[in-house]
Amino acid sequence: MSAVELRARPSTRFFRSELWLIFGRRRNWVGMAVLAAVPVLLIIAVKVSPPGGGGGPDFVNQITQNGVFAALAALTLELPLFLPVAVASISADSIAGEANLGTLRYLLAVPVDRVRLLVVKFAAIAVFALAATLLVAGVGALLGLAVFGGGPLVTLSGTTLPFWAGVGRLVLVCGYLTVCLTAMGAIGMFVSTLTEQPIGATIATLVLTVGSEILDAIPQLAVIHRYLPTHYWLAYTDLLRDPVSYDQVVPGLWSATAYILIFGAAAWARFAGRDVTS
Amino acid sequence: MTDLAVVSTGLTKRFRSGQVAVNTVDLAVPYGSVYGFLGPNGSGKTTTIRLLLGLVRPTAGTHRLLGSAMPGAAARVLPRVGALVEGPAFHPYLSGLDNLRRLDAADRTVEPRSAGARIDAALDRVGLLAARRKRYRHYSLGMRQRLAIAAALLRPRDLLILDEPTNGLDPQGTREVRSLLSALSATGTTVVLSTHLLSEVEQICSHVGVMHLGRLVAQGPLAELRARTAPSVEVRSADAAGAARVLTELGLTEVVTVGETATGVLGGVVPEKVVAALVHADVPVRGFQVRSADLEEMFVQLTGEGFDVSG
Repeated sequence: MSAVELRARPSTRFFRSELWLIFGRRRNWVGMAVLAAVPVLLIIAVKVSPPGGGGGPDFVNQITQNGVFAALAALTLELPLFLPVAVASISADSIAGEANLGTLRYLLAVPVDRVRLLVVKFAAIAVFALAATLLVAGVGALLGLAVFGGGPLVTLSGTTLPFWAGVGRLVLVCGYLTVCLTAMGAIGMFVSTLTEQPIGATIATLVLTVGSEILDAIPQLAVIHRYLPTHYWLAYTDLLRDPVSYDQVVPGLWSATAYILIFGAAAWARFAGRDVTS
Repeated sequence: MTDLAVVSTGLTKRFRSGQVAVNTVDLAVPYGSVYGFLGPNGSGKTTTIRLLLGLVRPTAGTHRLLGSAMPGAAARVLPRVGALVEGPAFHPYLSGLDNLRRLDAADRTVEPRSAGARIDAALDRVGLLAARRKRYRHYSLGMRQRLAIAAALLRPRDLLILDEPTNGLDPQGTREVRSLLSALSATGTTVVLSTHLLSEVEQICSHVGVMHLGRLVAQGPLAELRARTAPSVEVRSADAAGAARVLTELGLTEVVTVGETATGVLGGVVPEKVVAALVHADVPVRGFQVRSADLEEMFVQLTGEGFDVSG
C-alpha cells in the first residue's frame, strides 16, 4: 500500500484534450467547411453578378465597395440556422456523446469530478462558438478584401468609418454573437445531460432555438419576446451604427448571461447526482 | 478494518423501476488478495462495481476503498484504483494511443511529463504497442479489451476492479491477462475480478464472493469455501452396480452409476476404507479417484442453480 498522498494539480490538459476532441474530429471539419463555404459562395456570386443596388440585404450591396462587408453578410445569412446547428451539435454531444460511447463512466472513474467535467465541456463549447463565428467572419473578410479590396465602412447610420475602425466593429460583432451562441450552447449542454442520444439532444436544442426564433416573429406574443433566448441576437447590427447603440446589446448580454447561469445550474442539478448506467 | 482494501456494509441499490439490483451486500476484500467476484449474468455484479466506483449512488449502505470512505474520498482514492466496467468504451475515431492520452490528461494527479512513457508501458504490457496508432474503430474485440486493461494500468495502482477482463480474448490472450494479473498481484496490488468463468477463479483467485439475485451468498478464502463442500469418490469398474452397492453399504451418499462409473459423496468415510471394501467384495476396480468438489458444484450448491440468467 503506497501511503503517498495524491495531490490534484491545476492543469489545462483535460481542457486541451477536449478542444482536440472537438477540433480533431472529421465530422466537425465537415461542419466547419460548410460554415466557411457560405462566405465563399456569397463572394463568388457577388463577383459574377454584382448587385444593382436596392435588391438584396444591405450588407450584400456594400460588398463591392468594402470586402469586409462579406463577413457581415455571411454572419447574417448563417445566424438563423447554420451557426445554431453547429453549436447545437457540439453542445448536445458534450455529455450525451460520452454517455452514448460509454466513455463517460471511464472519465468519472479516472476520476473527473462531475462539476469539473461540466465546466470543461462548457468552456470548450464557448471556444467552439468563438471559432465558428471567427471562421465565418474571417473567411468572409479575408476573401472579400482579396476580391473587392478594402475601403471605408459605411455605418447603418449613414456615416463613414475609416477602414481599421470598421474592422474593429466587425470584431465587436463577432464577440457579441459568440456570447449569444454560447448561451445557446449552455441550453444544449443541459439537454445533453438528459439523454444518452446525442442526435436526439441536437434536435431538441435546435427545436428550442428555431422555436424561439419563430415565437419571436409572432407580434401577438410581444410580451414574452424579451425572454426568448434568440430575441437579442440581431442586436449585433446596433454595433454598426454611429455612434454605437447599446439599447439592445446590453440587455442581450444580460439575457445571454442569465441563460448561461440558469442552464449551467440546471445541467449541474441534473448531472451531479445522476446514476451513470451507460 | 484496515486490513481490507474493499469493504462495504449493507450496500443496496434499488433502481427507480423498483428492481433491487444489489441487496445488503457486505463485501470484504483483503489487501493483496485476488478476489473472484462470481455470479450468473444479472446477479448484480456490475451494479456492485458501479456502486464501488461511485458511478451509481447507493439506496442504502456505505463502502470504503483502500481505507477511505466513498464517495467522499473519490478524488483521493480513485486515482489509485484501476477499473474496467462493463466492457471497453473508447472514442472510435481516435487511435488506441490517443484514447489513452485523453484518459491520462483527465487525471490531475499524474505527472504530465511522464505521460508518454507510462502510456507506452501500459500498451506494451497488454501487447498493443504495435497497434497503438490504429483507430479504435478498427480494433478487434480482443484488442479493445486489451486497451481497456491498458487504461487500468496507466499508472501504478493499489487496487484493480476488473469486470470480466478476459471477455472476448482468444486463449492466448486469456493466458496473457491471467499471468499479468498474477504478476500484478505478486507486487501487492489487490485485484477484484468479476467473472463467470469458474476456471479463471480456480487458476488465479485466492478469495471468492458469490452473488445471487443481488445478494452476496458466500464469501471467503477459496480453500475455505471449498472445504465446505464434501469430496466424492469415483470408481470405474466393469461391475459398476456392485461398486455402487459397496459404496452405499459404507455409508456414502448420493451414490450414482453412469455406465462403468460409480460415484458417491464421501462424507466422513476415508478413501482407503473404500478401496479395501471394494477389493474385499471382489469388485473388479479399473480406476479409483477422490475428487474434491469442483467449483461448479460448489457454485450450484451455493446458488441452487447453474449459470442461468437471474431474473
